[in-house]
Amino acid sequence: MRTQPAGTNSPEAAKPAVTASRGTTARRGGSTPRRPRRPLSRDKLLLVALGLPGGIALIVFQYLPLLGNVIAFKDYQPYLSISESPWVGFSNFSFLWDGNPDFLNALWNTVVLTLIQTVLVFPVPLVLALVLNSLAGERLKRTLQSILYLPHFLSWVIVVALFQQMLGNAGMLNTFLVQNDLPIVQIIGVPELFKALLTSQVIWKDAGWGTIIFLAAISRVDQEQYEAAAVDGAGSWRRMWHITLPALRGLIILLLILRLGSSLSVGFEQIVLQQGPVGLQASEVLDTWVYNNGILGGAWGTSAAAGLIKGLVGVLLVIGANKLAHAFGERGVYEK
Amino acid sequence: MSTTQSPTIGDDTIPSFRKDGNRPPWMEKPSPVVQAVKFLFLGIAVLLVIIPFWSVIATSLADQSTINASGGGMVMWPGSGANVDAYTAVLSGGVVTRAVAISIGITVVGTLLSLAATAGLAYWLSRPGALGAKPMLMLVLGAILFAPGLIPSYLVVKELSLLDSLWSLILPVLVNAFNVIVMRAFFQELPKELFESAAIDGVGAATTLFRIVLPLSKAVLAVIGLFYAVAYWNAFFNALLYIQSSDKWPMALVLRTYVVNQTTIGGEQAAGEVLPPQLPLQMAILVIAVVPILLVYPFIQRHFAKGVMIGAVKG
Repeated sequence: MRTQPAGTNSPEAAKPAVTASRGTTARRGGSTPRRPRRPLSRDKLLLVALGLPGGIALIVFQYLPLLGNVIAFKDYQPYLSISESPWVGFSNFSFLWDGNPDFLNALWNTVVLTLIQTVLVFPVPLVLALVLNSLAGERLKRTLQSILYLPHFLSWVIVVALFQQMLGNAGMLNTFLVQNDLPIVQIIGVPELFKALLTSQVIWKDAGWGTIIFLAAISRVDQEQYEAAAVDGAGSWRRMWHITLPALRGLIILLLILRLGSSLSVGFEQIVLQQGPVGLQASEVLDTWVYNNGILGGAWGTSAAAGLIKGLVGVLLVIGANKLAHAFGERGVYEK
Repeated sequence: MSTTQSPTIGDDTIPSFRKDGNRPPWMEKPSPVVQAVKFLFLGIAVLLVIIPFWSVIATSLADQSTINASGGGMVMWPGSGANVDAYTAVLSGGVVTRAVAISIGITVVGTLLSLAATAGLAYWLSRPGALGAKPMLMLVLGAILFAPGLIPSYLVVKELSLLDSLWSLILPVLVNAFNVIVMRAFFQELPKELFESAAIDGVGAATTLFRIVLPLSKAVLAVIGLFYAVAYWNAFFNALLYIQSSDKWPMALVLRTYVVNQTTIGGEQAAGEVLPPQLPLQMAILVIAVVPILLVYPFIQRHFAKGVMIGAVKG
């Protein structure tokens, strides 16, 4: 850990000198008397200059777009600039109250998908982590983890293509059925099965990856608790139920809160890739509605308004869920 | 100074408590039924991951007669007529070849720029008392929690005249806030004495970064670089939004057009030329898109668990 280039001063000798020079720059208000301010050293500016390119990129592409939300209150025309487009007040938000059927359909699909995925997708990594953790062989466990993490690194295009090749009409499954003189099953492109297909794709891609955080939390549980419980006669199920799961409770609540915050964003890439054959009725969600309606359809103002509402609701959901977590005595995402 | 001496990110990557794989004395032997159920469950999970890759590779190598014999669909074994015609066909010029070149270019340039920007930002934020570091840190943390909307992001790219430019695939994702936090945490764990002795010797911020911090951080640079590289190679969302002309398509858009949407391949082939069968061509494109990920994956997966945990704990 403590590597030191040969020939430098020992840390004991170095420390006082450095802390003394730091003291002048450390900004501590209050009772300590202020020393005369030193001019900014070239070195301090150089440090900022090293970090600034990254900082600017972050501000331009993460925070500057927040300003772009003004077009939610304007009649934006691509050939006019944002400032030249006329103000229209809240009329872009009319989809909220005039019962726009496309919007309501997208909202409905989003909420249903979020509910399905929270109930069906969320527990899978937990179960997988518990099973993996119960394996005794370290090497076997690592091999399995390596294989199960892999799909996380594939893009949605690849995942969707793989699913088509496996479950499509000419895919693996149906080829196998045809060879055995069985009727083929249509899975891809069937509106009724679309939500199930999306859910299974999410599980395939990220269930393995999701185990990491649970396994890490399990590994932090005090081993003596298990030993004591075993000595008292608790079997492996009881140890899991009374030690492992309670130890994971804070983490589970934290992950659920984070999930709630993003509950209005369900897989834009994944859905946009598969909308064609299924139709909008079954597949449109808020994000794809914003894309189809705004960028493809030219309804910039309405789409920006929908995006803005979506963002605000997401923030409110996180804050609300966090309050709820605090009320139950949990830590949540941030402290009170 | 070898990386093993420095605080590498790669130690104890996979969390576990039974290091040697032996059961502690108090733990009972699991019943055979429970064992069987466990292995069945895990076995199915592993097969579900492996089979798609296997059959895609097999089909990409198969010839038409093998595919016809299987009923025209995917095969599990390329058979006697196995060949690499599909690969030579898609890689001998045309849309796919160009997309591979574009994706490689974006991945290489993007990863280098991202690493430089991320390391610089993380270094700035990691030094105690650095000018303006506190507000910047808040901005970085805020960027993890809130994603900008789709339309406003599009407008920013449009206002910067980056639409239909390959830079639109790099600049908007140049800095990943989460990676900045991970790297900053790593820099903060470097021994303070190094910085102190450097300061005493009168070494400036830039020299400290390039001569002391970065050489000690090869492991974290490698991991985060690989994360960036995978993201650039996979780039789909931004390409869909910002790239309009098909001669600037990266791999992901080619995959979407020819594999997901099943557009016939070979529009650019000379008339009369016999095209290889479509299915192996599509599968070859898919394999080409997946292989780089499979190649870097062993290097990433050795390190990522720890990286995720640093972000989770210190974020």
